[in-house]
Amino acid sequence: MLDDFLVRAALAGLGTALAAGLLGCFVVWRRMAYFGDAMAHAAVLGVALSLGFELSIFAGVIVTALAMAFLFLSLTGQGQSADAALGVIAHGGLALGLVAVALIPGQRISLDSYLFGSVLTVTRLDLAIIWGGAVIVLFVIWRHWQSLLTATLSPDLAYAAGINPRREELVLTMMLALVVAVAIKVVGALLITALLIIPAATARTFARTPEGMAMIAIGIGGLSALGGLQMALLLDTPVGPSIVCVAVACFMIATISGKLRA
Amino acid sequence: MTLLSAHNIDVSFGGRHVLQRVSLDLNAGEIVTIVGPNGSGKSTLLRVLIGAQTPGAGQVARTDGLRIGYVPQKLAIDPTLPMTVRRFLDLPVKVSHADAVQALETAGLPDVGHQQMASLSGGQFQRVLLARALLGKPQVLMLDEATQGLDQPGSASFYRQIEAVRRSLGCAILMVSHELHVVMSASDRVICLNGHVCCEGTPEVVSAAPAYRELFGTGTGGALALYRHEHDHYHSHDHDHSHDHKHEAAE
Repeated sequence: MLDDFLVRAALAGLGTALAAGLLGCFVVWRRMAYFGDAMAHAAVLGVALSLGFELSIFAGVIVTALAMAFLFLSLTGQGQSADAALGVIAHGGLALGLVAVALIPGQRISLDSYLFGSVLTVTRLDLAIIWGGAVIVLFVIWRHWQSLLTATLSPDLAYAAGINPRREELVLTMMLALVVAVAIKVVGALLITALLIIPAATARTFARTPEGMAMIAIGIGGLSALGGLQMALLLDTPVGPSIVCVAVACFMIATISGKLRA
Repeated sequence: MTLLSAHNIDVSFGGRHVLQRVSLDLNAGEIVTIVGPNGSGKSTLLRVLIGAQTPGAGQVARTDGLRIGYVPQKLAIDPTLPMTVRRFLDLPVKVSHADAVQALETAGLPDVGHQQMASLSGGQFQRVLLARALLGKPQVLMLDEATQGLDQPGSASFYRQIEAVRRSLGCAILMVSHELHVVMSASDRVICLNGHVCCEGTPEVVSAAPAYRELFGTGTGGALALYRHEHDHYHSHDHDHSHDHKHEAAE
C-alpha cells in the first residue's frame, strides 16, 4: 500500500495536519502566529546547512528552529520589541538560507521543494519521521494539556498552582520546532503557519471548550490535507498551496455560517 | 502557625526600587489586608509570594505543600480561547461536578457552569475566579484588588462573601486593596505599604498611624466611620486621643 506515492502523500498530509491542528490552537490562543512564521522561515537556513554538511534535514531544521527561538528570547530580553525581533529572525533566516544554498559547491540545488513542499515525493523514511514527530507532539501536548492551558490563561495563575509557565512555554516552543520540521516537506516553509493557524481559527467558530476546538481543528486540518491533495490531482496544481486553499475555504464557510447562526 | 513568611524582600525593575526590605508573616486563619497607593508594590509583593516574581534579595518561606488559591486583579481571556465556566473550574485540576457547583455556590453564584466566561458580568467573573481558587481547598487565599471594576455595593457584597468563605473554610486570607473602608473592617491585620512597610497592625492602629495618614490623608477617617462606632471616629480625629487609642489597640 505504501508503494503508492498517493497513499504516502495522503498519510504524510494527515500526520502533519494532526500535529499542526492541535498545536495550532495554542499558537492562536497565545498569539504566536508570527513566532511560528519566523521559526518556519528560519528553517530554510536549517535546510541549507543540512544540505551543505550532508546532515539529516529533519535534524537540521529542528536545531535551527530552536536556535532561532532562543535567539528571539535573548533579543527581546535586550529591549527589542517582539515584532522587530521576529522580523529580523524570519527574514534573516530565510535570506541566509537562500544565500547559503547558492554557496554550496557542486551543482545548483533548488530549495523549491522546501519552500513550497513536495508531498508527492515523500519517501517511506519521510513518512516514518512525519508520523513519529506527530505522535511525539500529540503525546507531549496531551501530557501537558492542563498545565499548558493554565499557563496560557495566566502565568500568575500557573505560578500560584505550582506550575512553571516558562517551562510550559519551552515545551510549546520545542513542539513548534518539531511541527515545522515535520511539515516542511508537506506544505513547505512558507506555508507552515497557514496549517497551524487556519484550522484552529476555523474551529473557533464552533467550539465551546478548548478540547472541542482542538478536536475540530485536527479534523479540519485532516480534511484540508486530503481535500488539497484531491484538488491538486484534479487541477494539476501544487499540493502544498492546494491544501492551504482548502483550509481557507473551510475558514470562509465557517465564518459565514457562524454569521448566519448569530 | 505561620503558613507563609517573607523576609526582607527587595524587588527593583530597571533600577527603580519597587519593594525594599519588606517582611510579612501570614498565620493560619487570619485576614491580612495590604493597603497602599498606586505603584506602591502591592501586586508585586503578591507575585513574589506566589513565586511569579523572583526577588532581588530576601527569602520567602512556605510550609511544605502549601495550597494557595490566587484570585488575580483581572484575567483577560483571549477571545480565540473558548472557555465555559465549568471547564475553567477544572483548571489546573479536574474537579467533580458536585464540587464545582458547591464552589460556585460558596462564591455566591448560581450554577452558571454552561456559560462562556466571556459572557459573564464583571462581578460574576470575579466570583468565578474566587470559586476556582476555592476548589483547590486553599490554606491561603490571595486576592489582588479583586473588586476592581465593581461598583461599591458590588465590592461590599464581594467582601462579605470573602468573610463567609473564611468562616466556612478557615483559610488565611491575604488581600490587596485600595478600598480601605470596605476592607479594613473585615481585617485582623492591615499592612500599609509604600515600597516599604510604613506601618502595620490592627485596622484601628493603622488608621490612626501618622504614616498611614500621610499616605491617605485624614479623609479616610471619615470613610472608616461608616463601619465603625461613632466615638472611634471622633477619637481618631483628636490627636492626643488617637495616641491613646493606638496604645489600646496595640495591646
